[in-house]
Amino acid sequence: MPSYSFVLNGEKVTVEAPADMPLLWVLRDLLHVTGPKYGCGVGVCRACTSHLDGEEIQPCTVKVKDCADREVTTIEGLADGDTLHPVQEAWLDCDVAQCGFCQPGQIMAAAALLKKTPQPSDADIDRIENVCRCGTYTRIREAINKAAAKITP
Amino acid sequence: MDDSETSGVSRRKFMIYSLSAATLTVAAPLGCDTSTAEGSEPARGTSEVLVTGTDEEMLVLEVTPANRVVVRLPRVELGQGITTAVAVMIAEELDARLADVDIPLADARTKGNQSTGGSNSVSSLYGPARQLAATARARLVTAAARRWHLPARSLHTRNTMVVAPDGRTATFGSLSASAARVRRTSVPAKPKPASKHRLIGRPTNRIDARDLVTGKAKYTGDLTVAGAKPTVVARPPTLGGKLVSVDDRAAGALPGVHAVVRVPGGVAVVAETFHHAFNARDALKIKWAPGPMASLSDAGIRSRLRAAVPKPGTPPRGSTQVEGEFEFAFVSHAPMEVLTAIADVRAHQAEIWFSSQTPMDARDTIASAIGLSASKVTVHVLRGGGSFGRRLHYDAAIEAALISKAAKRPVKLMWSRNDDTRHGRMRPASHHRIRASHKDGRVVAFSHMMASVNESEGTTAHQASFVRPVSAPLPSDSGLYNFGRISGDSGGVDLPIPLGAWRSVDSGTMRAAEEVVVDEVARSLGKDAVAFRRTTLRNKAVRAVLDKVAEAGEWGRSLPDGHGQGVAVHEEYGSCVACLAEIDATDPKNPRVTKVVMAADVGTAVNPRGLEAQLMGATVDGISTILSAGLHIDRGAVREGSFADFHWARQRHAPLHFEVHIMPSTGEPGGAGELGVPAASGAVANAYARATGTKPRRFPLNF
Repeated sequence: MPSYSFVLNGEKVTVEAPADMPLLWVLRDLLHVTGPKYGCGVGVCRACTSHLDGEEIQPCTVKVKDCADREVTTIEGLADGDTLHPVQEAWLDCDVAQCGFCQPGQIMAAAALLKKTPQPSDADIDRIENVCRCGTYTRIREAINKAAAKITP
Repeated sequence: MDDSETSGVSRRKFMIYSLSAATLTVAAPLGCDTSTAEGSEPARGTSEVLVTGTDEEMLVLEVTPANRVVVRLPRVELGQGITTAVAVMIAEELDARLADVDIPLADARTKGNQSTGGSNSVSSLYGPARQLAATARARLVTAAARRWHLPARSLHTRNTMVVAPDGRTATFGSLSASAARVRRTSVPAKPKPASKHRLIGRPTNRIDARDLVTGKAKYTGDLTVAGAKPTVVARPPTLGGKLVSVDDRAAGALPGVHAVVRVPGGVAVVAETFHHAFNARDALKIKWAPGPMASLSDAGIRSRLRAAVPKPGTPPRGSTQVEGEFEFAFVSHAPMEVLTAIADVRAHQAEIWFSSQTPMDARDTIASAIGLSASKVTVHVLRGGGSFGRRLHYDAAIEAALISKAAKRPVKLMWSRNDDTRHGRMRPASHHRIRASHKDGRVVAFSHMMASVNESEGTTAHQASFVRPVSAPLPSDSGLYNFGRISGDSGGVDLPIPLGAWRSVDSGTMRAAEEVVVDEVARSLGKDAVAFRRTTLRNKAVRAVLDKVAEAGEWGRSLPDGHGQGVAVHEEYGSCVACLAEIDATDPKNPRVTKVVMAADVGTAVNPRGLEAQLMGATVDGISTILSAGLHIDRGAVREGSFADFHWARQRHAPLHFEVHIMPSTGEPGGAGELGVPAASGAVANAYARATGTKPRRFPLNF
């Protein structure tokens, strides 16, 4: 079985896995990093949204071989130790989460958006495709705006 | 809400028991009122107690030496925020810090009420939880008074401590052991009056929020149970399709495959990872026989439903009719977390982990499915990633247990999103014929005849109790409006489709359609939709929430062409709500609800922030089910397969502006989890009608 190394949440990891194994199952079933959630397996619901070299990805549609020697960040790696990322802080301030299942993906999508677009417009936020079945969208928008204001006052 | 209900809380008394334990542990029976004096400790089995008093059916509060207040909750957290609401009630009466309160979910019990549903969790726990904590507080104060040789009445409590007049403090944890020995309290064990509430009624963030935003919160699929391997099931293309034959040689030979076993729903594969499991599932060569619905598609189902609608009576002589026929498609519950269950079935015992609204039923049914007595089956209840009624059923847990038994190993079963969308469950499709008869400017008769697909497929009586039975009184019978003679009846069509109560059950369709008709009646009478409702609503609490949204939402303000406002009201669960929606339907095929204003009267709102979240979610339910989200049936198969074609609202469909007004009240808490769905649905439909000049009839409108 081939072996792949990549940096996961700041630490180097090596896994033996089939080349085409989706990163989602590498994370969840081999590395027991369960923040990224399965919701569809086809990149549509985006509950697994994480970062690859700082860019948003859906690990359910990214093969492990394409992550070799790159940097993967999941929700578990977004905070700096006990210091939460401003997006996570804003999520707490706005009490966004209901069932919470999609929220790791929502937060990672928001963090990726703010990295590229520090002052997003409503239209920018509207382009986030992540499904929230509980319907927390209004609070997600509020939290993104709050985090944007904090990051770039 | 009826005015006479508002003083109900103070009359209720709850019997509290102390349990023998080294730490302070008190227990309140759930779901029973007694006339016993507060704070007393009757012997178990008092005749006035409706339940017999085993610890199993109690809400139990323990204060640990480490100063944690622990209440093991016989309900499930699905995102509705019930653990936070209960923590607020406990912290309020105990004067504990919210951060010191833990609300773990109880395993399946053998007695009592452990069902989560019907929007009744807050209302059923409000009395017992507060009395429980008030009793614990009285004992802790009594224990401190004895320790310090001070009059108990001179002491007060705050921040999970007892405080003496001289400033000395003792944590509850340090007093727990001596409080456990207190037989007679020196201060009354009486819940605070509402005027003293500092937490109840104040917006409170979720107690589990940090776990939810850091990825620490564990759902069933995130658990590691020794040896429980990823498992998926190959299922037929049609609903209820049957396995004819399976060739599993290729699949079984793939690396990482541990077992391939047949189950009633298909063929299960147990493998090293879900990647291996899905690959092996796809390598199975299976012949399926079409399911029993294979000759039936949407058009056929719709015509059968139409034919099953009971005939309305003759309208009053000389009246003018405003009529409409409405159709609602099947709708998936589609919780974000697909059904997942871990099962470890051994020869003489079994252990199951999953998120369940009905864990006691689940335990009994699973036990009988695997041939064990219920006492040998342990069900651990996990938080759920959404439910909307889906987790009233435990299909996946039964399946996991059967697979574990057949494969002779623990398994972690997960339904794929396709499984979830294509094999149910779903809100039944329905057909409604509504007729309002008016004469001399007044509605003199109102008739709502309907038919829906009967919920029968794999549903127990208990699960069905969350669904209004066929021919039961319709919501309109509650007489929301002064509409003269009200009549309603329902017919059913039996189809082998896995259905399930969906948030707000029949009200989400029936009441939404009725609110559309109310608008059309107003138009027919030349009256404004809000003014007409004001003059015909029976209950002043409903009028008040309507007035609130009309004022706050600037009802009647001028909007560009293609935009429109809509309102609707709803009353249920001892609560009422109004919704005002604004829509931009410039492109009628791609409308957007731009603004939503809601007002709710739910009696005492234990956590207004949680209530707002529930109404926010209900709004998105209304937007989705009215405008875009439904399931098609094509020759016995569900056409949709995931959120790619089951068009649930995304951020770009959610209102840019959303506000909630909570009516002040000290009345008993009503239900709120499902309350908003019918009003939001009706308001969105009415806004669409006004924006487009159409009469919405078939939902979802863009399907």
